[in-house]
Amino acid sequence: MLVENIKLCLTGLMANKIRTFLTMLGIIIGIAAMIAIMTVSDAMNSSVMNSMGSMGADKIEVFIMQKGYDESTSREMKTKDYFTDEMLDDLKQTFGNRISGIALSKDIGSSRIEKGKSYANIQLKGLNPTALKSENLSMLKGRSITEKDEETLSKIALVSDKYVEKIFGGDEKAALGSEIEVLVDNKYYTYTIVGVYQYIDSGMSAGFSQNDISTNVYIPFAVAKMQVEKGDLYDEFSLKAGEGTDPDTLCFEVQNYINTKYYEDNDAYESYAYSMKAQLKQMNSMLSTQKNAFMAIGAIALLVGGIGVMNIMIVSITERTREIGTRKALGATNNDIRLQFIIEAMVICLLGGIIGIITGLLFGMAATKVMGYQGTASVAGILACVLFSMAFGLFFGYYPANKAAKMNPIEALRYE
Amino acid sequence: MNDIIMSARDIRKSYNVGTENELEILHGIDLDVHKGEFVSIVGSSGSGKSTFMNILGLLDRPTSGAYTLNSIDVSKSTDDELSHIRNREIGFVFQTYNLIPRTSAIKNVELPMLYARVPERERRERAEMLLELVGMKERMHHTPDELSGGQKQRVAIARSLVNHPSMILADEPTGALDSATGRIVMDLFHKLHKENGITIVLITHSNELAEETERVVTLKDGHIITERAGLRYAG
Repeated sequence: MLVENIKLCLTGLMANKIRTFLTMLGIIIGIAAMIAIMTVSDAMNSSVMNSMGSMGADKIEVFIMQKGYDESTSREMKTKDYFTDEMLDDLKQTFGNRISGIALSKDIGSSRIEKGKSYANIQLKGLNPTALKSENLSMLKGRSITEKDEETLSKIALVSDKYVEKIFGGDEKAALGSEIEVLVDNKYYTYTIVGVYQYIDSGMSAGFSQNDISTNVYIPFAVAKMQVEKGDLYDEFSLKAGEGTDPDTLCFEVQNYINTKYYEDNDAYESYAYSMKAQLKQMNSMLSTQKNAFMAIGAIALLVGGIGVMNIMIVSITERTREIGTRKALGATNNDIRLQFIIEAMVICLLGGIIGIITGLLFGMAATKVMGYQGTASVAGILACVLFSMAFGLFFGYYPANKAAKMNPIEALRYE
Repeated sequence: MNDIIMSARDIRKSYNVGTENELEILHGIDLDVHKGEFVSIVGSSGSGKSTFMNILGLLDRPTSGAYTLNSIDVSKSTDDELSHIRNREIGFVFQTYNLIPRTSAIKNVELPMLYARVPERERRERAEMLLELVGMKERMHHTPDELSGGQKQRVAIARSLVNHPSMILADEPTGALDSATGRIVMDLFHKLHKENGITIVLITHSNELAEETERVVTLKDGHIITERAGLRYAG
């Protein structure tokens, strides 16, 4: 009976293609909007979370901030305002193994290396071993920077495979051992390339053309320190919480410790620490709020679509009053009639839902592609939409179907 | 007599029961129909024949009285039970054919079997057989709007027979047809009656048609006024 009803309903819908399509349109648009939003926001979410997560949830960033927002205390940073190596050593001693490492980096600057017609944009960075480790580089060729390089102040560099592709035509062997000369602030720096790492698109370079993407050139931290002004002064550093230490608590304690000991008397600056864990949490809730807001808009579209379905169903039932009367005379029970129209509404909504899912996926994928994210279809989302549209059919089909079921057969048969 | 297939006793029907303007349309009608009989119920408009037909067809309930169909006392049946009894015991033929639009003739004929939960193959076979009986087998895949009035009515007659009903209830079956086509439909009823022993109750306002049947029951103002053999019945 169910199968018969579905078959019957499909032939009915096929016989009235335009009306069927118009009825479905609301559902199609609603579901498509939901799916597109889900796809885009899931892609954004996972991209942001990935790039933040790769930095490590146990990471704590510490930097220098102005005290208050009062203009009168505002001034340029002086030597005494910066973090120093002594302070960092003190931190290590005080917190012991609750801090598993302190990551330091120096940005020397950005530059463009040219060779013939091709060029590569680079960022020159000095990273200490802890910082380098948290970059999670996967080495394709050669070696990484070691403690020994730091001690001996080796002028070596790690470059990305993208750089090798542009400058050496992808020949990693040729790259190893050759020199890289970087011009930053009218000064030339020369390093020997000892390793090639794999560049990973973090999604942060969205909007840049592939050619203009800037990749990092890493050099030993000790070398960088010597080569820039104020090399032993830091305006930020990050630390990793040790095994079993809650980053949020540690973050709070570190900030307190530094401020009490070193910045109590400072008139303009103090330290500020935040943990990646808290940041992740905040980001997560922000993204999900945003997603929910968009979903609500999609849901409104869907609701309007559902009301459209109900409207057409009511019209259709009025149009088919005679048919309903006939069916009743021929032995259809009220339940048979109710079932018939509920199935019809559900089939309309389900078909609309499926078309909507396909449309939504196409739009969502296209949008994520344009935005440079990795788009994946959310299976749970699609399933939810399928179930949701069937539920919609049931909900908005029930009232008209019930109306049809309760028709008086005599009046229905007489209906002109 | 145990070959009585349908028996109505003291059927009364009132509207607006319990209010000031209570109106009794049927004033206690007694009617028996025997198995294999071809009976016509004739009356002008306002005679109560439509009301009586609705009661005979289980589309409406009498205010009082007893109605037995194929030994089933239907007075106390629920709506769903009435649907099932209609489905199995009564074959409706309407003046306006009432075929389901945009649905092929064979699907239309299968419909009552669908509600009787007859398996698909059996449905198809029986529908084809009956369409052949009414001479519509060639057009079984046509939809109603591709058929003429007479053809539609023949499909409707096939549909009325599918569940082996106790009786066919034909309400002005030739009312919308020209006389030549109407003749074909009436001949079909006679053939079904004679050759297949089908019980038929014909409701009509036309005395001329009524006289062709085995027994003519004349209704006036909610009473049966005469009951006699048809004058031109060719038994």
